[in-house]
Amino acid sequence: MDDELAISVRGLRKAYGDNVAVAGVDLDVHRGEVFALLGPNGAGKTTTVEILEGYRRRDAGEVRVLGVDPAQPDSHWRSRVGIVLQGTGEFDELTVAEVVRHFSGFYPEADDPAKVIERVGLADKAKARTHTLSGGQRRRLDVALGIIGRPELLFLDEPTTGFDPEARREFWELIRDLAAAGTTIVLTTHYLDEAEALADRVGVIAGGRLVEVAAPNRLGNRQEALATVSWRTPEGTLQSAQSATPTAFVADLAARYGGEVPGLTVTRPTLEDVYLTMIGHAR
Amino acid sequence: MTTTTKPATPVAATPSRRPGAGALALRQGRLEITQFLRSRESVVFTMGFPIIMILIFASIFDGTIGGGVKFTQYFITGMIATGLMTVSFQNLGIWIPIERDRGVLKRYRGTPMPKWVWFAGKVIMVVAIGIAETALLLAVAVALFDLDLPGTAEKWFTFGWVAVLGVTACTLCGIAISSLARTARSGSAVVTPVALVLQFISGVFFVFTDLPTWMQQVAALFPLKWMCQGLRSVFLPESFGAQEPGGSFELGRVAVVLALWCVIGVVLCLTTFRWTTKRDG
Repeated sequence: MDDELAISVRGLRKAYGDNVAVAGVDLDVHRGEVFALLGPNGAGKTTTVEILEGYRRRDAGEVRVLGVDPAQPDSHWRSRVGIVLQGTGEFDELTVAEVVRHFSGFYPEADDPAKVIERVGLADKAKARTHTLSGGQRRRLDVALGIIGRPELLFLDEPTTGFDPEARREFWELIRDLAAAGTTIVLTTHYLDEAEALADRVGVIAGGRLVEVAAPNRLGNRQEALATVSWRTPEGTLQSAQSATPTAFVADLAARYGGEVPGLTVTRPTLEDVYLTMIGHAR
Repeated sequence: MTTTTKPATPVAATPSRRPGAGALALRQGRLEITQFLRSRESVVFTMGFPIIMILIFASIFDGTIGGGVKFTQYFITGMIATGLMTVSFQNLGIWIPIERDRGVLKRYRGTPMPKWVWFAGKVIMVVAIGIAETALLLAVAVALFDLDLPGTAEKWFTFGWVAVLGVTACTLCGIAISSLARTARSGSAVVTPVALVLQFISGVFFVFTDLPTWMQQVAALFPLKWMCQGLRSVFLPESFGAQEPGGSFELGRVAVVLALWCVIGVVLCLTTFRWTTKRDG
């Protein structure tokens, strides 16, 4: 096992009855990396992550998380992994400080609860009962409980769903701080901008398969992608062609038309186009 | 890419502060008790119900049951048993599905907390609340209805072991039955009818021997009847034992049946307990 790898997955499969949620995923995440799993709802993101977190059993495949098979999680391994799940329950009758302090007792190298509460931006809510928190504040409490044990590896499952833009920016800063301190981070999201803003590498998952893994600006060979040139024929019908050399192609067209080409456009795919094409093919 | 293997904060600055296993269980128990006491519905329902019942019963039946023994002296045994069952079986059977549905249990599973610590926390909570509630019930009955407390150390000892065995059995069954509820709301729908029927057939609201024989036989399969019977041996004169279905208080059989339910409860807990909801896979 490569010590530089925080996560190593080969041939991961999981089905619920006839519904195949994960259909053969291979994945490596390096230590210190921020890795985003990007995909539409129902693509298999949460199933994959929950197998890595030791919550679900897999049907097939080799999985190592921090060198350990997560299907046999022990307490030492649990203390090295931080988990922020989707929509986990709060402790309505307790205050933020009480909950964070309580959870700090589970970890051998726990961080200072007051410091963590400060870090996630809940210092002025420390004495508030958790049921009085807003949705965004609850999510911060989730993160506080995820990082209180000073994990080497932090899982975040759709951490900013339901955030307003400002809260999301603040949250991104927190993730960048953690990454800068050396924490390996695996997050799932269906927001392209979030993956682009945070991740060193993005894995696009669709239909239970990883369709591509690349740095956000290289996804789908975006830089080398063919340009689409469109124009109208003299009869008025729309024509388009893909070209690696659009400048020469347009010059050629101009020569054919003897001047202006009617309705001429030259476009390259945006990240969104690339992404939609990828998840479209997988369906 | 940097490959720092640990968060940068120096480990030496904060030496391992994790409490030992016993301390972890006590912390968990304290947290459970805090949550219970801050949830007003639990406190009123669990602590108040047996007291309200004894107030009603003692006011309706203010006569004697024979031999100069007050009705209160008889019904207090049913109310104590019912109170212990409420705080353990009903309380857990209703709350655990809510915690499971909210994902509280799933969150605990994601931490290095040993699994048994969570169960220990529940047991500590049940025992603490059970003692407080029973003491309150006895205080009310003594103050308002001249209840005679057990006079000998032997009777207090019987009181102790019947209560401990009964609460243990009911706690385990409460944890086990919590897995039947599919959603947060269905916990009380599962537990309440079971508890209510058992209370009626086990001699909590009526003199047990006045019930039809078949009903007594059904009740004898479950722990509540035996808890009531054990407690009757504590609060009623020795001579009343002759009126029991078995011709005596049958303390040996009380111990065996309650212990058997503890075993059944453990087996059910170990085989059926779920940390996540069904839809969570």
